[in-house]
Amino acid sequence: MSAGRDHQALALLLFSAFVAATLAITTWVSRNRRGSAEEFYAGGRLFSPMENGFAIAGDYMSAASFLGISGLIALFGYDGMLYSVGFLVAWLVVLLLVAELVRNCGRFTLADVIAARMSERPVRIAAGTSSVTVSVLYLVAQMVGAGSLVALLLGGSSGAARSWTVIGVGALMVVYVSLGGMRATTWIQIVKAVLLMAGAVTLTVLVLMRFHGDINLLLNTAADRSGHGKEFLSPGLRYGGGWTARLDFISLGLALVLGTAGLPHILSRFYTVPTARAARRSVVWAIGLIGGFYLMTIVLGFGAAAVVGSAEVKSANAAGNTAVPLLALDLGGGAGSTGGTVLFAVVAAVAFATILAVVAGITLASSASVAHDLYASLRRRHAKQHSEVAVARVAAAGIGAVAIGLGLLARDLNVAFLVGLAFAVAASANLPVLIYTLFWRNFTTRGAVWSIYGGLVPALVLVVLSPVVSGGPHALFPGVDFQFFPLENPGLVSIPLGFLAGWLGTLTSPEPPDEARHAETEVRSLTGAGAV
Amino acid sequence: MERQERHDPAAGRIDDPWYDALASGWGELDGTVPAFAPPQQRAAEPDPGHSAADIYLEVQRSAAFQEVRARYRRFVIPAALAFLAWYIAYVVAATTAPDLMARQVVGAVNVAMVAGLGQFLSTFLLTWAYARHARLRRDRAALELRWDTQEMTRGMAR
Repeated sequence: MSAGRDHQALALLLFSAFVAATLAITTWVSRNRRGSAEEFYAGGRLFSPMENGFAIAGDYMSAASFLGISGLIALFGYDGMLYSVGFLVAWLVVLLLVAELVRNCGRFTLADVIAARMSERPVRIAAGTSSVTVSVLYLVAQMVGAGSLVALLLGGSSGAARSWTVIGVGALMVVYVSLGGMRATTWIQIVKAVLLMAGAVTLTVLVLMRFHGDINLLLNTAADRSGHGKEFLSPGLRYGGGWTARLDFISLGLALVLGTAGLPHILSRFYTVPTARAARRSVVWAIGLIGGFYLMTIVLGFGAAAVVGSAEVKSANAAGNTAVPLLALDLGGGAGSTGGTVLFAVVAAVAFATILAVVAGITLASSASVAHDLYASLRRRHAKQHSEVAVARVAAAGIGAVAIGLGLLARDLNVAFLVGLAFAVAASANLPVLIYTLFWRNFTTRGAVWSIYGGLVPALVLVVLSPVVSGGPHALFPGVDFQFFPLENPGLVSIPLGFLAGWLGTLTSPEPPDEARHAETEVRSLTGAGAV
Repeated sequence: MERQERHDPAAGRIDDPWYDALASGWGELDGTVPAFAPPQQRAAEPDPGHSAADIYLEVQRSAAFQEVRARYRRFVIPAALAFLAWYIAYVVAATTAPDLMARQVVGAVNVAMVAGLGQFLSTFLLTWAYARHARLRRDRAALELRWDTQEMTRGMAR
């Protein structure tokens, strides 16, 4: 990209300001705090619904949605919009079926909810494993994205700049999480959500002003400048190919909608508020914010096509990731102007803040899974409660190291499929067991364990056998071909398998369902009795 | 701000952006829920023969709890099935029926745009309806059950 020195310097300044502010938050909120598990994993549970709603929105809206979805819309028109819809509708599953009940039954993690009525050790190991898997997949996608994004926005596309970005982001997220725990992470999410919304609102208003508030004109101009004409405004440009492409999108759509309710870093957010009612109200806030945000990404995407032009967006970055920065440059007055420089730098800084906040949220959730579920089940007995938080802090550092390592290894690979895969694994392994635990009277421990592994294993195996890993020029390993499964996203097959495995496991279970513990789970989940 | 859930249902409503003052007077208050009466002697002094498990079973079988659960499920299950069906229909139509979706409605707006924005609108509406239903039809009864249950299990080894 032909980026001038000015906006790079300004963007770096804003990056540094954000990093300084978040480190200050981390230090400030962690002063005089005892290192209790309640404090580290749940931030003391005293956030207000509005604060938590902003934090949920901050956790959910990644740079991939801000830059990626707008870019997809700028390149493919309507087909990019399908993502925006899927990412929002998913929140109804969370609101209606999951948020309140999980808040009432659990303490810190997904496994807490299942262990409330099942044999503790096997379900904790299974749910901990699947949660860590989902988190690591999501984390690597974000880290690699961060590397290429920062390099892209700062002009230098050298390997060294990207490597150092990955290392820097990894180091920062470990510092936030292990020093500040949930309290610092939540405040960082809130700051980031406010910045992201402010940035998106500013750009949306500028786009609408450019077209004098005439949506019709905006859409027609976008269609004209896209080179596709009217087809740009209707589905089919990206997913209209063969049946494989269509099924692939249906699979992805299913994974998006059902996966959100199984993402560990989203589930852990409900424990930061005092009651189930507060959890519900935080989701209502989050839906308002996320819905508004995705509506704006649609305007920004079509705006980029109309103002910048699809061809130019594509020539700057083949995936369309620079559509919004280019749009900002143009809306501010074009390259070289002060307005353009400032807006471009602001967008770059917001994207960076977004990545940092999202990786911190995921790291915290996965360190909770490692310490509270895996370590607590596998350790020697009679260890003290205090040591679990110490383990979580070390786990955060370990996960950071793993993510940096994988991020560096995957630096030059096309990892865009990883986000869809993380959602698919969450939908296949975490959602079925959660729904069964909360709603099915006869569900048993064996059913729970089978349901988790029965979703997790097929999802991962199908991806290894899919065209994203081998057998094509765009694959992870283009040289070899062991492709067997035609779809890039396994959700369409693995989500039903997760539900089926849970059902079969329960039917073949030797032990009868525990009626008393089901009663306890049901009463607690719907009334909040005994909730912490 | 809801630092602590109180017995008074009016508490903690002030900063709720989705809360509409009108809705509270629409005659759907939960006065009709049969009250769950905890046996007197147990509230005063835990019966050693009763475990926490028995109490949860007892609460689960009570009419008050059954009513709360029925109200929750009667709303949530049809609503969840409806929006999932509507979303899947939308995704399937977008990928398999591009001609239908490309049909013009007004100006540059076609069926696909209307359907997509309709998904946003239906999500917002269902969110509002669910929050309102839970607030008016479920919250108070659930809270009363919570206090009663906690009263009964208090001091009991779990």
